[in-house]
Amino acid sequence: MTQGGIYALIALGFTIIFGTLRLVTFAHGEVFMVGAFIGYTSMKYLHGPLVFGLLSAILFSGLLGILIERIAFHFLRRAPLHSSLLITIGFSILLINLAQLIWGPETQSIPGLKYGDFKLFGVYISYTQVIVLTVAFFLLAVIRILIYKTKMGRTIRATAQDFEAAYAMGVNIDLVFMLTFALGSILGGIAGMLVGFYYNAFYPTMGTLPGLKAFSACILGGLTSLGGSVIAGFILGIIENLSVAYISSSYRDVFSFGILILVLIFKPKGLFGREV
Amino acid sequence: MNIPFLLKKGIGWIITYSVYIILFGFFAFLPFFLKNSYYIRILIFIGIYIILTLSLNLINGYAGLFSIGHAAFYGIGAYSSALLTLRLGVPFMIALPLSGIIAGIFGYLIGKPTLRLTGIFLTLATLGFNIIFVLLMINLESLTRGPLGIAGIPVPKIFSYGIQSQTGYYYLVFILVLFSLGSIYRIIHSRFGNALLAIRDEETAAEVIGVNTVHYKIAIFTISTFYAGIAGSFFAHYIRFIAPDSFTFWESFTLLAMLAMGGQGNLVGPLVGAFLLIAIPEIFRFLTDYRMIFYGLVLIFMMLFRREGLFRNRTYRLRVTPAWEKKESAPQYLIRDKFLTDDLLKEKGDGVSKG
Repeated sequence: MTQGGIYALIALGFTIIFGTLRLVTFAHGEVFMVGAFIGYTSMKYLHGPLVFGLLSAILFSGLLGILIERIAFHFLRRAPLHSSLLITIGFSILLINLAQLIWGPETQSIPGLKYGDFKLFGVYISYTQVIVLTVAFFLLAVIRILIYKTKMGRTIRATAQDFEAAYAMGVNIDLVFMLTFALGSILGGIAGMLVGFYYNAFYPTMGTLPGLKAFSACILGGLTSLGGSVIAGFILGIIENLSVAYISSSYRDVFSFGILILVLIFKPKGLFGREV
Repeated sequence: MNIPFLLKKGIGWIITYSVYIILFGFFAFLPFFLKNSYYIRILIFIGIYIILTLSLNLINGYAGLFSIGHAAFYGIGAYSSALLTLRLGVPFMIALPLSGIIAGIFGYLIGKPTLRLTGIFLTLATLGFNIIFVLLMINLESLTRGPLGIAGIPVPKIFSYGIQSQTGYYYLVFILVLFSLGSIYRIIHSRFGNALLAIRDEETAAEVIGVNTVHYKIAIFTISTFYAGIAGSFFAHYIRFIAPDSFTFWESFTLLAMLAMGGQGNLVGPLVGAFLLIAIPEIFRFLTDYRMIFYGLVLIFMMLFRREGLFRNRTYRLRVTPAWEKKESAPQYLIRDKFLTDDLLKEKGDGVSKG
């Protein structure tokens, strides 16, 4: 369930970006990783609380998102889609290796990060799980309100539907693209911080697999549907944990990517998707 | 038909193809002048990556699709060749094409359902397939010995001659590269290739004319994975040890970087891209740790500043036409005709000089 919440966050960020910009970003997992490491650094060396770590993760992953959007999307709007994809792949390689240079390739952890657990209906639940799930649900609610209730959300939705029409209506689509990418990246960064905090482990390749699993979740949810990707994220987390419990832990990742292939073969629109 | 005419014809032919002949001779005799087997080793790796980049070029450059999981097919070729020779005792000469065919079958299975959809789905499916392939190779321990990898793969044997030296491997990969180049050239310059280019440039129009686009896309995807399987088979028999982490999607991204560097949609670009991206990190040895950073930067900067790669998307004919072969192909007033494009004129010129 906790994992599902995290996948839902990453997948949501991913879907927001894809839905508006029509760009699959392969650097999403690395934004996730950078968010985690920024949070780690600010919590370890500045001895801040978790909230401080989260805030710095938000700030930096948002900035990183804007940077990637400017370079990969803004300059290449007229170029074929492949170029933007290749640039995000380039960013993903670059960020992982830069993180290895800065923080070293080995797994790091924040010392003295211990929370207890409590028993509820005969099930042990740790406080970290509670914190992670609370933050995840809080964010999902915030995004929901932001997209569907505010003026900014309305412009984002308009741009996602038809950016030319939105442009004709006087929407500053450059700003909207930038904001959406930043928003998606912020979600990724927070999810990274939460994962790092939950397992208390930070390493440069931590973003790769979750980032790619978020793909699976998005495809399962049907690339453009926000609610679909959230539900699919939870489904994916639950399926993974069930497969660990009943089959084998080493086949966990095989299952999540098997879902990706199966959905692509049999129902490419996903569970809740519209035409792409 | 008198002798001087034939002589002139022959000299004309030699001059026309002089660039190719010089290149061929240079690489055919290179091992005699390179005493250091380390350099030959680098050249062999360049050869492997040239085959891989050429085959990726078929998908990404010529068919206009976007595959980012090519290393999976490379790995399938390597694993199937290793298992065939080790477990079943199949000789190398049969295992090499067979592993290409096995990779092709997997390519067909992946391509057939996903190529009916828009491009992005194929991209995601290839990526997912690559990840699953690596995970399966790690987890199917009874078959592949998992992360330990398969060791002790026999040396390739051509009839009864077992290849032992680096030079022998060099010539083997040289022949394979020539084979891939030649056959891919034939594919591209056939009716089939024309259909592919039509699909890439204007899919709807091609469909309207009557090109079965899905059929052609599946076919080219299968063919391309065949070459990747061959490269994998050679790799397995050259290193004689394979492990799953040689075939992760980072490997696929490396191939993409090579293609982006050299340029897609022609046959020169992949050669140059593979050569540069293998050779440059070897020349600057002290940068070994930053190799992947270099690849990432190459991707970003090539896309920003020269999207087509070093060689643009057109056919490069490295030909020198001797003066007496040059013929006016059309009346002067027609050359200025805007409906007669340059290509058309060139085609006509070729036809005249050949006949």
